[in-house]
Amino acid sequence: MIQLPYWIAAWLLLMGLYGMVTSRNWLHMVICLTVVQSSTYMVLLSVGYRTDAGPPIFNEVPVGTPAVDPVVQTLCLTDIVVGATTTALLLAIAVQVFRQRGTLDPAALRPMRNSGPQQQQE
Amino acid sequence: MDALIPLPVTIPLLIAAALLAANPWLNRRVADSAGLVTSLAVAVICGLLCAASRQGLLVYWFGGWRPRAGIALGIDFAVDPFGAGLAGLAAVLMAAAFLFAWHYFDSIGTLFHCLMLVFLGAMCGFCLTGDLFNMFVFFELMGATAYALTGYKTEASALEGALNFAVINTVGAYLMLWGVALVYARTGALNLAQIDRGLQAHSLDGLVIVGFLLICLGFLIKGAIVPFHFWLADAHAVAPTPVCVLFSGVMVLLGVFGVFRVYWSAFGVLNAHAEQLGLVFVGLGTVTACTGAVMCFLQRHLKRLLAFSTISHMGIVLMGMGLLSIEGTAGAAIYGVSHGLIKGGLFLAAGLLLNTLGDVDETALRWRGRGMPMTGLLMTLGGLGLADCPPFGLSTGKALMERAADASWFSAVMLFASILTGGAVLRAAGRIFLGAGPADTQERAAPSERETRETEGVRGHAPWVMLSPGLILVALAVLIGLWPQAVETVGAAAGNFLDRKGYVAAVLNDGSRVSIQQAQSPRPLSSGEQARGFLSVVGACLLACAALFRHRVPRGVRKQLLAAMRPLLNGLESLHSGNICDYLAWLTCGAALLGALLAIALR
Repeated sequence: MIQLPYWIAAWLLLMGLYGMVTSRNWLHMVICLTVVQSSTYMVLLSVGYRTDAGPPIFNEVPVGTPAVDPVVQTLCLTDIVVGATTTALLLAIAVQVFRQRGTLDPAALRPMRNSGPQQQQE
Repeated sequence: MDALIPLPVTIPLLIAAALLAANPWLNRRVADSAGLVTSLAVAVICGLLCAASRQGLLVYWFGGWRPRAGIALGIDFAVDPFGAGLAGLAAVLMAAAFLFAWHYFDSIGTLFHCLMLVFLGAMCGFCLTGDLFNMFVFFELMGATAYALTGYKTEASALEGALNFAVINTVGAYLMLWGVALVYARTGALNLAQIDRGLQAHSLDGLVIVGFLLICLGFLIKGAIVPFHFWLADAHAVAPTPVCVLFSGVMVLLGVFGVFRVYWSAFGVLNAHAEQLGLVFVGLGTVTACTGAVMCFLQRHLKRLLAFSTISHMGIVLMGMGLLSIEGTAGAAIYGVSHGLIKGGLFLAAGLLLNTLGDVDETALRWRGRGMPMTGLLMTLGGLGLADCPPFGLSTGKALMERAADASWFSAVMLFASILTGGAVLRAAGRIFLGAGPADTQERAAPSERETRETEGVRGHAPWVMLSPGLILVALAVLIGLWPQAVETVGAAAGNFLDRKGYVAAVLNDGSRVSIQQAQSPRPLSSGEQARGFLSVVGACLLACAALFRHRVPRGVRKQLLAAMRPLLNGLESLHSGNICDYLAWLTCGAALLGALLAIALR
């Protein structure tokens, strides 16, 4: 049982989250999000890995030939599609935000806190 | 009947694709009608499925890939009354949103309709599916369309809200996928019923707990449970009104539903620790209900106020479901559905104000709503509904949950939440439509912003086509409360939802129908139990009056009270900073805390 891939996946997840928490730029934030996502690729593929097994292509091989798990690979493909959609959408929104606000700093881009009437304490 | 099962997902997706393809040649009204008719058709189909599944789980295997020898090969939809009912709620709210949007965004073309229909398809799929990975996919599809819809107005605040919403929920989705991968590693299965069998074959260990934690995290983030709730107020306050109806009415409810769908179908291995696990859920729900209610009362931007009230009510639903009993689950279901209908009506009232008067700020709108009696009526009814006033369905659900919990602190939390949320809406209604309270009073430093109107040419008075959907939704919530067999019928459905053995057997036994054992359904509510709802209504009215006429209170008393509460209130408000980095830090800490709690509870 090789544990290394799982540790790498956990490390990617935590590093991605750390990068997002400390991010000062939305592009950086989106890239850190893809780091978090790559940890899911890692864990999915590790789950399906078998030592000394071939690719899951069952063409002219004897029945019972060991192969890595094709299910997690399809899950991974779906994950990639999901990730691409979200990343593209986030980047598109970030571009729009930059056009209107002129900054990409998350601390400066806080919904409903930038404009609006000045408050008076009662 | 089986042929109907995939339709709630396929019809909206196909119509959306057709609208998109025909986009350049399409008249706006054609798209409106197509959206409306599709949503109504889906609502009818879900109603039929809901009625048919009362006899037993309806299982549909895509492509005819039925299980062989008790092993699930394909992907299934497993329809029970709860899932079909929630999908039906989504479709009804979607129809109301399309009707409201009749005069909406004259320049949007049909892209809005496509996104809304895909959103509907994803929500229905999430409710009906019996496959864990399928749940993830629909969860993400729901998410992606929701992010796009939030930022639809391309105003700066809407875009920023969409960014916060998208990032937090995407992180949630990836955490959930981690959980799916871990569970798959143990069981080699993605089908919920198959997972249950696979997990039962092993003892409960750290892997299963972490897997369950990560899957729950994804759903709890979607369900806006404290401390994962921060995104909701940002997103719901800035999204277009018809979209808010769906977000607050049903999308967050789906998050809470997801937790218990997975728990009651796939995690029988946790059964031995049900009591401690339930305590964790009820605890989370209590914190959420109280935090949401206090924040709700502090707001003056109407949509933000309603968003915090949604958080509070999701906490209550989690408390009810967390009791892990038939009565509690049935109560939470009645409560959740009625809340969705009333919250939809209230958001539509806010949308009417925005489109007629060009603002949703409570203080700026003072007495400007005097020419809009119907909108005022809608908002007052909604406020009474949130305060659990008896003919509304919320009071039935609340009474049932209180009976199931049988603890005075449980009732006190619910009373507190309904008084504050109902009181906040009634206060706003009093100020806007009756001009009550002084002109210069402002709610405490609550964030607000002028929104642009969402319609062209609707000035002066609200047209009936915009007014009717809200009134219909509120009327439906009253009908649920007046329905005499509600407790028995929903109780029986809750019995099916909680029947894990029946679920697994029905799914894996080669699709043959297994009649689910009829659990003992709860007895109907006595009039005494129902009448307790009036207590919170009186409380909410008193609170609203106190807030409106606080200038009449002697200055000394008022100062003392404010000084006592200020640190807490200021602290709460500053936690909701709008900064995504803070939210992510809270998410990480909350995940660690929840993990620790689960590790202790499931030891």
